[in-house]
Amino acid sequence: MESHAHPNRLGIRGWVGGGRWGFERYLYTLHRITGLGLLTYFLLHIFVTSARVFGKGAWETAMSAVSGPAFKAGEYLVFAAFAFHAVNGVRLALIELGFAVGRPIEPIYPYATSVGRQRPLAIAVMLIAGVLAVWGGYNFFFMD
Amino acid sequence: MPDTRMKQVVFHLRRYEPGKDREPHWEQYKIDSPPGMTVLDGLWKVKELFAPTLAWRSSCRMGICGSCGMLINGRPRLACNTQISELQSDVVAVGPLPNFGIIKDLVPDLHPMFEAHRELMPYLIREDLQEQDSPTGEYWQTPHELERYLQFSYCIKCGCCMAACPTMATDPQYSGPMPLGQAHRYNSDTRDGGFAKRRELLEGGRGPWRCHFAGECSQVCPKGVDPAKAIQMMKQDLVFDLLKLRVRKPAARLVDKPCGKRREDIPAAPPRTVTG
Ligand code: SF4
Ligand code: SF4
Ligand code: FES
Repeated sequence: MESHAHPNRLGIRGWVGGGRWGFERYLYTLHRITGLGLLTYFLLHIFVTSARVFGKGAWETAMSAVSGPAFKAGEYLVFAAFAFHAVNGVRLALIELGFAVGRPIEPIYPYATSVGRQRPLAIAVMLIAGVLAVWGGYNFFFMD
Repeated sequence: MPDTRMKQVVFHLRRYEPGKDREPHWEQYKIDSPPGMTVLDGLWKVKELFAPTLAWRSSCRMGICGSCGMLINGRPRLACNTQISELQSDVVAVGPLPNFGIIKDLVPDLHPMFEAHRELMPYLIREDLQEQDSPTGEYWQTPHELERYLQFSYCIKCGCCMAACPTMATDPQYSGPMPLGQAHRYNSDTRDGGFAKRRELLEGGRGPWRCHFAGECSQVCPKGVDPAKAIQMMKQDLVFDLLKLRVRKPAARLVDKPCGKRREDIPAAPPRTVTG
């Protein structure tokens, strides 16, 4: 239900603007951005590869149009986004099924929260994403 | 040694007068701040000295009523529960809680939050409607069962969590951490039999599936309620229920009424130690 008072909803700013409390907010934002990026890539990928139905010539033109170094770097970004989205997705799936957030406790100041409780998992997940991104980069740029 | 020095702070206040201002704007007021002064005390001082029309909500002045949630130096907090010294800044920027409309100055329109709260039926639901409306006694509950929801029942409905939530920032359909946390508080109460009714309301865009554990609600909650935890536990309940893994028990029954007779094995009171 929307209020009739002067609007003050933060909009996209609210995804990043809060900041400085927990890095899970940034993971939340990055998860959305990488998700949208992967979806865009997926649609473009279908579009480009569908050139094959117009014959070999069309396919080769399409492939040569996406073969420069900029596209290679772009493909690597897609891979890095995929690595992050996949491992962070596993973390989110675990958490959203109620695991790794702990059980209800007596709130005694300074309060311990479920965010702190899952923090080791978040850190582990970021390390794995980082290792995957580095390994992928090595593969992309040095192993051809 | 506690710092006992008086210092000067500048209050940057977000002002908005409906019918007069087209957009909210910032105004500045410089005041003396003795040690221990809360942001709420500071607002009173500003009102007394410079801005008699300044409006905000507050009541208890001790973090109990939930009226004084505001955006203080970029973070949703209770004005009465925040000492100026803990901000570690000579500037105190106070705005109304975001993600709510502004009624005037620092007064947010909490109506949508309370509407979402009401819709999720935040009360004990019993199969026997007569019993629900006019309870005839207490229901059985063990201390262990109480612990399953006690943390969530400390919520004072201040709305700080709603202002911090990034999903709330872009999604007006989403019910938000307070109403969802409170729905889970009742879902996990063994005296309640309303899970199936609430489950229907929790489907779609207003339910918990729009939450992706940014966790901000729990970070800012001034009462340690941890609504993010409640929401994830609610999701677990919903999934387990779908998979038929959720243990379904009937709502706790009424405690037997006293029968009017004194039990015989109660020992006598010790002799008086004070006379007169
Ligand atoms: S959960 Fe915490 S922050 Fe949210 S309304 Fe309740 S007390 Fe306020
Ligand atoms: S955990 Fe969920 S409800 Fe809480 S701030 Fe994040 S998205 Fe919002
Ligand atoms: S005035 Fe009651 S909570 Fe701050």
